[in-house]
Amino acid sequence: MTVATPVAEKQEIVRSGRRFTSGDIACAEGAIAAGCRFFAGYPITPATEIAEHMSRRLPEIDGVYIQMEDEIASMAAVIGASYAGVKAMTATSGPGFSLMQENIGLAVMTETPCVIVNVMRGGPSTGQPTMPGQQDVMQARWGSHGDYEIIALAPSSVQEMFDLTVDAFNLAETYRVPTFVLADEIVGHMWERVNIPEAESIRIVNRKKPRESPNPKFAPFKPDADLVPPMAVFGQGYHFHATGLTHDERGYPRTESVEAQTCLVQRLCNKIRKNKDKIVRVQEDMLEDAEVAVVAYGIAARAALSAVRKARAEGVKAGLLRLVTLWPFPDEQVGQVARRVKGMVVPEMNCGQIVREVERAAKETPVTFLSKLGEEPHKPEEILEAMRGTLK
Amino acid sequence: MIEEELRHPYDKFLRKDRIPHIWCEGCGNGIILNCFARALDELDMDLDKVAVVSGIGCIGRISGYTNTDSFHTTHGRPIAFATGVKLANPELTVAVISGDGDLFAIGGNHFIHAARRNLDIKVICANNFIYGMTGGQGGPTTPMETWTTTTPYGNIEQAFNLVHLAAACGAVYVARWTTLQTRWLTESIKKALQKEGFSFVEIISECPEIFGRYNKMDTALKMMKWFKEASVVQHFSEPAKAEITPNRIVVGEFVDIEKPSYGRLLKEMRTKASQKKTGE
Repeated sequence: MTVATPVAEKQEIVRSGRRFTSGDIACAEGAIAAGCRFFAGYPITPATEIAEHMSRRLPEIDGVYIQMEDEIASMAAVIGASYAGVKAMTATSGPGFSLMQENIGLAVMTETPCVIVNVMRGGPSTGQPTMPGQQDVMQARWGSHGDYEIIALAPSSVQEMFDLTVDAFNLAETYRVPTFVLADEIVGHMWERVNIPEAESIRIVNRKKPRESPNPKFAPFKPDADLVPPMAVFGQGYHFHATGLTHDERGYPRTESVEAQTCLVQRLCNKIRKNKDKIVRVQEDMLEDAEVAVVAYGIAARAALSAVRKARAEGVKAGLLRLVTLWPFPDEQVGQVARRVKGMVVPEMNCGQIVREVERAAKETPVTFLSKLGEEPHKPEEILEAMRGTLK
Repeated sequence: MIEEELRHPYDKFLRKDRIPHIWCEGCGNGIILNCFARALDELDMDLDKVAVVSGIGCIGRISGYTNTDSFHTTHGRPIAFATGVKLANPELTVAVISGDGDLFAIGGNHFIHAARRNLDIKVICANNFIYGMTGGQGGPTTPMETWTTTTPYGNIEQAFNLVHLAAACGAVYVARWTTLQTRWLTESIKKALQKEGFSFVEIISECPEIFGRYNKMDTALKMMKWFKEASVVQHFSEPAKAEITPNRIVVGEFVDIEKPSYGRLLKEMRTKASQKKTGE
């Protein structure tokens, strides 16, 4: 646990320094460091520790922790808090993520900055609550009805549970979009050393505020050149309206207008698509001269890195493309690597989800998929074997 | 000049560019909007600090008409959304105005838990006994043996007694009126707006266009006559006995008690938490 000198911890918002902690706790600390002061959630394995940690930490720093009656309510409360001007998040796993989809759509439609952490376990349905999985990555992309774009990040370590949670808040605030941290049970429950930077060296982004004072013509959904509208919040005199219905720049319902529907839905997609270069992040390891590449994310990327090192040790020119951003999908980065290698290997803890995107981006380059379900993540040897097979 | 003379005293409570509203002729929602505006006016409330939240349905459109910050949520979720708003900015007076189907069928869970927590929000329910926006289907408040588009043989489901439900869940203020008793109704909305804690006002509202038409009251006047003849004012009578039948609609104030709100307890807890010496 994060024990330091008791007095020093009093009122400390960012608990800087080297610490030994779990992924879930690091995630909660990352959220607090990013400025999150509202957490609404519902207990669920393996994400509960995030809620527990928030329930202790947030009241100390004038924040709000509330355990709602279900995940539908949790997501709705998060949107409410964000519209009241407070950075807000929730954390869950598969079954709760399913319940949240309704109001994730509302957050997309009302352009609500918020962070949703999904510590993925085995599904479908109740599945395997204490076992890891990567089965919700397509649900994260397409789970709520209608057309939209979101952002999803995939941490591979406890350090990244901290770092990417900070990034998730920054992206959510920048693009006014619900942003996912798609972790998995192993990353969530694993304990590792984490380096929490000093508060002043953590980059924090806050949503754009309206440049105009309240006035009767105020248009709360009028975008800037980056397609993101500055965000008014409740209680500042703007008297603005927001709705899950298709709306115009004033926020007023336009349920019969082809133009309003086209304009709004295209902008919701384009504000992510056209800023993709600024959003997408991947990590490349030993890819310069690689003949075979592993494309992996989350927990599977750790075994992949180990496999690549083993391959190099035996003279196989292998490299790793780790997807830090899952959505929007790094098409270009995958495509560029695909053009240079003879084959790609995609290990995932599901029956084949991101591999479809990799195949699409890789075009002619052969892609081998390695599925893994249940308790154990991939073994480096399995990935190594698949790489050897690719080069035969 | 003429425009000046025609200005309605409650215009400032409305988004005038959103009028005319979408509600049918004879609908009770206009009365509810009027009473809500009157309550804000008589309390001289700072509209910058009022948030109106609604769900889906006919009355759900009300948040689009009030000249305050407002949010039109997904179906059934206005109370859950309002929970986030109120806790994130306790300065705001948060009014949830929504329908019986929205608040008590799909949103029932949120209602009972917000009441249990004594969250400091004001819930105003327009109860028209049916789902109006989708064309008049039966719902959780449809009285037994009445007709709707989905109860063509007469309703065989027991209806919720919302007053009893709210009282049982811990609401600190509970009242029921029909759209006929506008003065009492306005007074109750005022009380709810001022009271600390979870306050609930049920408004029996006329839907002559559908519920009325299916139940031999096809004009607003006929429905109002029913409200007039059936209403019985029984202040602080037992909520369990606050029935709604063809012959009897029990109205009045049922609960008015003091209890610390969730927000107050949260504030106290934060003081405790920030003074403790360690994170453990």
